Amino acid sequence: MTRTLIVVGHGMVGHRLVETLRDRDTAGAWRIVVLGEEPRPAYDRVALSSYLDGKSAEDLSLTSHELLDDPLVELRLGTAVTGVDRTARTVSTSDGDVLGYDALVLATGSRPFVPPVPGHDLDGCFVYRTIEDLDAIRAAAAEGAPGVVIGGGLLGLEAANALRLLGMRAHVVEMAPRLMPLQVDEGGGQVLGRLVGDLGLTVHCGAATKAIEGDGRVRGVALADGTVIDTELVVFSAGVRPRDELAEVAGLERAERGGILVDEFCRTSDENIWAIGECAAVQGRCYGLVAPGYSMAEGVAEQLLEQGGGAFPGADLSTKLKLLGVDVASFGDAHGQTEGALEVVYANNAAGTYAKLVLSDDARVLLGGVLVGDASAYSVLRPLVDRELPAPPEQLLLPAGSGVDAGALPADATVCSCNNVSKQDITTAIGEQGLTDVPGIKACTKAGTSCGSCVPMLKNLLGECGVATSKALCEHFPQSRSELFEIVRATGIGSFSELIGRHGSGRGCDICKPAVASILASLGHGHILDGEQAGLQDTNDRFLANMQRNGTYSVVPRVPGGEITPDKLIVLGEVAKEFGLYTKITGGQRIDLFGARVEQLPLIWRRLVDAGFESGHAYGKALRTVKSCVGNDWCRYGVQDSVSMAIRLELRYRGLRAPHKIKAGVSGCARECAEARGKDFGVIATDKGWNLYVGGNGGFTPRHAELLAADLDDERLIRLIDRFLMFYVRTADRLQRTSAWLESLDGGLEHLREVVVEDSLGIAEELEAAMQRHVDNYSDEWAGVLADPAKLARFVSFVNAPEAPDPTIRFVHERGQIRPGPVALPMPAVATQEVSR
Amino acid sequence: MTWQRICELDLLPPECGVPALVHDRPVAVFRTGDDELFAVGNVDPFCGAGVISRGIVGDRGGEPTVASPMLKQVFSLRTGQCLDDPAARLPVYRVRRGAGDVVEVALP
Ligand code: SRM
Ligand SMILES: Cc1cc2nc3c(=O)[nH]c(=O)nc-3n(C[C@H](O)[C@H](O)[C@H](O)COP(=O)(O)OP(=O)(O)OC[C@H]3O[C@@H](n4cnc5c(N)ncnc54)[C@H](O)[C@@H]3O)c2cc1C
Ligand code: SF4
Ligand code: FES
Repeated sequence: MTRTLIVVGHGMVGHRLVETLRDRDTAGAWRIVVLGEEPRPAYDRVALSSYLDGKSAEDLSLTSHELLDDPLVELRLGTAVTGVDRTARTVSTSDGDVLGYDALVLATGSRPFVPPVPGHDLDGCFVYRTIEDLDAIRAAAAEGAPGVVIGGGLLGLEAANALRLLGMRAHVVEMAPRLMPLQVDEGGGQVLGRLVGDLGLTVHCGAATKAIEGDGRVRGVALADGTVIDTELVVFSAGVRPRDELAEVAGLERAERGGILVDEFCRTSDENIWAIGECAAVQGRCYGLVAPGYSMAEGVAEQLLEQGGGAFPGADLSTKLKLLGVDVASFGDAHGQTEGALEVVYANNAAGTYAKLVLSDDARVLLGGVLVGDASAYSVLRPLVDRELPAPPEQLLLPAGSGVDAGALPADATVCSCNNVSKQDITTAIGEQGLTDVPGIKACTKAGTSCGSCVPMLKNLLGECGVATSKALCEHFPQSRSELFEIVRATGIGSFSELIGRHGSGRGCDICKPAVASILASLGHGHILDGEQAGLQDTNDRFLANMQRNGTYSVVPRVPGGEITPDKLIVLGEVAKEFGLYTKITGGQRIDLFGARVEQLPLIWRRLVDAGFESGHAYGKALRTVKSCVGNDWCRYGVQDSVSMAIRLELRYRGLRAPHKIKAGVSGCARECAEARGKDFGVIATDKGWNLYVGGNGGFTPRHAELLAADLDDERLIRLIDRFLMFYVRTADRLQRTSAWLESLDGGLEHLREVVVEDSLGIAEELEAAMQRHVDNYSDEWAGVLADPAKLARFVSFVNAPEAPDPTIRFVHERGQIRPGPVALPMPAVATQEVSR
Repeated sequence: MTWQRICELDLLPPECGVPALVHDRPVAVFRTGDDELFAVGNVDPFCGAGVISRGIVGDRGGEPTVASPMLKQVFSLRTGQCLDDPAARLPVYRVRRGAGDVVEVALP
């Protein structure tokens, strides 16, 4: 007979219980009713802050469609449980219902602790726990204004970052003498404080909050030392308290310091009632992390299914976080509290890194540690806790992979602590299920699916199990991009169909087709929309414009070096006005015109080409811009003519197709106003000539370019850039920017210098000749389209109704310009996908 | 059921798609390398934009596919099913090569 389980709270842990039980209860022994107070199904609270950084509530959702459709699961949201009648075995809800249960699990989490300082309930005071909290903070945030976070622990720093993302000037007030007092030690706290300060946060440590001042609304925060921070927004992040109020109502025992008291099986004093997650005090102790909650949920699922076991194994309180872009990790006995513990500390104040390892009294066993600034060694170190060190401590601190490999870990070491998966679990899964990649391991073992910090180790384990991480481009080509490049170059194959016929299989896909199109284009095989090539191009290349979210396009003409005449500016303005386009200055020193319908693109470009503009390749994996500063023409500090050089370089390399986009910059002196060191290649003037830097970028993983050669004259500079770019185009992987390529080169920058500057491979002449061919064969792609009726024929809204506008495109107006309006057609429900890291 | 003329076959090169309007409905018509024709809805269910015809045609394990140009989800041309997400599907329409090498689509 089917029994009924009631779960109170649909948070992370309650959800894990439902998932695990539904996974394992193949006989359908339990019907589950989940009563959740929040208005939405369970979401990833750990990643809550990303809600202010571009993720939507749907992105954060943990709940799959399958679960929502599961007939054995009933989810009632926006419903709080208010009473429990243990004798009748019923719960009563906020909407007046009474529901019977056979088993009851309380997973009510915790609530933020708000210290009872005067004024704590004024308008403008917030907490940081739910999506609704974040919505409220967002609504109250004012750009440029100060905001104060009370509490400098893990959550406090997350909240401070949230304020920063909202454009506020964030202050953090922490009572302890350092940030994150629970996780890091004195030395780590200092490095952390400095790194956080560099990000523009104001940190007040050793500061007690005396009162929140204001009259109905917050006006300021008064500290015990008399300082008053003017602010209209305060976020309390001073710890959490378990939500144990149902224990009171039901007459269940509570722990001394709060929390619903449970035994090692998470059972309360009533044998039909369990408590799990942050609300549970397991043998008197509460855990404020998700991993222990997950193992409680799994244990209770086992007990409900009478599978034996199910005791809470204790918790690993290790954490690794990226707070404000700063890595912080602590694991094991981080504070060296074990009798006789020794500490080994490595601090590099210049680089902003701090590492401490805690060792046993004979320095042979690792007990714990703290890493700040660079925590890449965490995935190797954490599983080694309480084990004999396999290598000298300083070697262990090298980044994961270079220091110790996975082979050094014992089989029972926990690799993924979030999901409690051991090395053996993973290697067994790799062997038995024939797994070949990280997503496979994630799906099979759940390792790597929470905080992601163990992912480098998962890759490492694949290698150890003899799975060569595949270099195959996709299911159609076993070769890597650089191998295909060499095949095309050596054989002179000129089309995708010939290449896939001779060296691949099947018909191709959206990965190999654009990659091959780019190779063909780099080797100069005609206009990119010629013949078969048209069907190979990636989204933006197909219409030589960038597709926008509503299916319209943007138009970005080239403005070499960012220099533009008033007449050309006027043309841009006129064209934008005539076609009703949204205009914006880009981050690349040029002007973007948005909202063009596909059928308008040729008309717009006709006007632009007539006025002397050409394609800016904003759509291509190609040279984008060469940013310049004004240089010695005008600037009183300039030592070379950076504008002329930027224009010369931009015109030389325009149209060059590459594995990824290429950006460049030229600055007229070391003040570096063109941000050349943030570019794939950057040129900085010296009083003797130019310094050439390579391998920099902004974007996802910013990296500064490194000096390749110094004090070059104009001609030598250009020769070296020719060689550098061609070498990159030939040997890099698909979508690998110069920085990642440089990092993957055996021998790194030193090797690159040998090849490019010293010509150690004897290919410099060939690389220069290839670049010269590119320069000689360059022609404007848009002019090419306008001159060719067959290509123009593709720019229609509908082939059978070329004049009919696409009904899905709608615009609304904002600040005097257009922007995409709400979607015009009804859309099917779409499940959110898990993004692999 | 009536067949509606879309365009001459020449306007639809192999491994490409074109957008069409059939009784006010946006339809994407594709021709694969082995000269098979397919017609599916042109509106991407993930973003609501009429862009499917501009996607890259290919195959996944032999199944003919198109990848949405917006966020790259792959759909079967045969069934319209999204192969990356069971919850999404494109409508599928009948399509044929009519007399005089003309592409024709029929709506139910
Ligand atoms: C328009 C613009 C934003 C703006 O309004 O200023 C922009 C817009 C886009 N950027 Fe960007 N980026 C723009 C400057 C930048 C910059 C700043 C810069 O160039 O100085 C960066 C960081 C610097 C860098 O790249 O090193 C930047 C880093 C990115 C990235 C991340 C690249 C990375 O290596 O991590 C992407 C994604 C990608 O390329 O894969 C991206 C992708 C995009 C795309 C192409 C996304 C897409 O596929 O639709 C956007 C389309 C724009 C359009 O329709 O025209 N954009 N993008 C800027 C156009 C500059 C130009 O004139 O061409
Ligand atoms: C910003 C932020 C960052 C974090 N970062 C990390 C991290 O990096 N690593 C980590 O391990 N942990 C982190 N945590 C902590 C982690 O989110 C929690 O440990 C985890 O969510 C606990 O899960 P839970 O199910 O016990 O509680 P919750 O997720 O809080 O869920 C409890 C649910 O029960 C509901 N509820 C309460 N009472 C009732 C009632 N009477 N009736 C019905 N429903 C009720 C609540 O509304 C809530 O939805 C973070 C937390 C926050 C807020
Ligand atoms: S313009 Fe760049 S930063 Fe802005 S949303 Fe697009 S890709 Fe992201
Ligand atoms: S350790 Fe967090 S996901 Fe593996």
